Amino acid sequence: MKYRLFGPALAGAFLGIAPAAQAIEFNQFQADKSTLAFVSKQMNVPVEGQFKSFRSKITFDPAKPAAARAELEIDLASIDAGSKDANDEVAGKAWFNTREFPVAKFVATSVKPLGSNRFELTGKMAIKGRTQDMTAPVTLRQEGNSATFEGALVLKRADFALGEGIWADFGTVANEVHVKFRLVATAAATATATKK
Amino acid sequence: MSSQPASTPDSGTGFTGVAIGLHWLIAAAIIGTFALGLYMHELPLSPQKLKLYSWHKWAGVTIFLCVLLRLVWRLSHRPPQMPAGMPAWQRKAAEATHVLLYLLMFAVPLSGWLMSSAKGFQTVWFGVLPLPDLLDKNQELGDLLQQVHMLLNFTMAALVIAHLGAALKHHFIDRDDVLARMLPFLARTTGDIE
Ligand code: HEM
Repeated sequence: MKYRLFGPALAGAFLGIAPAAQAIEFNQFQADKSTLAFVSKQMNVPVEGQFKSFRSKITFDPAKPAAARAELEIDLASIDAGSKDANDEVAGKAWFNTREFPVAKFVATSVKPLGSNRFELTGKMAIKGRTQDMTAPVTLRQEGNSATFEGALVLKRADFALGEGIWADFGTVANEVHVKFRLVATAAATATATKK
Repeated sequence: MSSQPASTPDSGTGFTGVAIGLHWLIAAAIIGTFALGLYMHELPLSPQKLKLYSWHKWAGVTIFLCVLLRLVWRLSHRPPQMPAGMPAWQRKAAEATHVLLYLLMFAVPLSGWLMSSAKGFQTVWFGVLPLPDLLDKNQELGDLLQQVHMLLNFTMAALVIAHLGAALKHHFIDRDDVLARMLPFLARTTGDIE
C-alpha cells in the first residue's frame, strides 16, 4: 500500500514543480519507441511496410509550438517492404537506388497549432534527389516527460521517381503510399539518439 | 457420398448436366491455375508477376467456391453406378481417389489462402472483395505453408493423372461407358450403332 502511494506522490511532486522550474522542452529522440510505417497498394491489396533505422532531431516546447524544430533522416536500406523479394527490389535503381541515395530526409519548415494538441506540420521531404513540400496533421500525447507525436501523410511515389521503368504505371502498384509515423521524444538536456 | 435425398435423378443412367459442366469447368480451371502457379513462381519480381499472383489467387478462390457448389450438388444428386463387371478393388480405388480429389480440391486453395495470409499478402477477390486474413503475418509459417501448398498440389496432380489413366483404361480397354457418361460426345462413337 505504501508502495502504491509513493508513485503518484512523486508524480504529483514532479508535475507541481516542473512548470514552476522552467518550460518543458522535448528534445531527446527515443528511437526504440518510434515507428515509421507505410501501406502501399499492390493490385488493390494493402501491403504493410516499415523502416527500421531512422534518426530524428526534435525540439518541441508545448508552450511555443511554432518555434518547434524537427528533422528526420531515414536509412532507406533498412526498409521492410513486406517480403524479401520486395526489399531487394526497392533498394534497386528503379526505386530508392540506395547506393546513390542511401538517406531520405525531412526537415520541418513550420508547425501550426490547431488546438487540442493537434498541429499541422509542414516541411520539405527529400528522397532520391527530389524535394517536395509535404504537410501532415500531427497529434501530440504528453505523458510526464515524454511526448509522442503521431501523424500520417500520403506520399505520391511518382513525385520522387520511386518505381521507374516497368513500375511507372500505377495499375499494379498505386501511386499513393500512406505513411504513418510515431515519434517519441523525452525532455532532457542532451542531443539526439540513433535508432539501429 | 451416400445420402439419397428425394431429388435423386434416375440413378444409373448418367450425370446431370450440372455435374458434367462443373466437372469440366473445375478441371480446366485447376489445370490452368496449376500451370500459372508453376510459371509465376519462377518469374523475377515485376508488375507482371504481381498481376499473375493476383490472378492466380482470384482463380483459386473461384475454384474453391465452384467446388463447394459441386459438393452440394453431388450430395443431393447421386452419380450413376459403376459398371457391373468392375472388380471390388477397382471400385474401392475409384471411390478413394474421388474422395481424395474432393478433399484436395478444397485443401489446395485453402492452403494457398492460408499461405497468403501468413505471408502478409491479403487476398482481394478480383481486386474488389477483400477476404479476411485467416492467419497473422508470420514469415516462417508462410514459408511452411508454401511447401504445403506445393506438396498438396503435386499430390493432387498425381491423383489427377491416375484419374485420367483410369478413365482412359475404362474407355479403350474395358470399353465401358465410364468416360462417355462424363464426356457425352464420346457416346456416339463408342456406343452400339442402332
Ligand atoms: C485449385 C486451386 C489452386 C491450384 C491448382 C494452385 C496451384 C499452385 C501451384 C502449382 C503453385 C506453384 C507451387 C510452387 O512452385 O511453389 C502455386 C503457387 C502459389 N499459390 Fe496456388 N493454387 C491454387 C489456389 C491458390 C489460392 C486460392 C491461393 C491464394 C489465395 C494461392 C496462392 C498461391 C501463391 C501465393 C503461390 C506462390 C508461392 C510462391 O511462389 O511464393 N493458390 N499454386
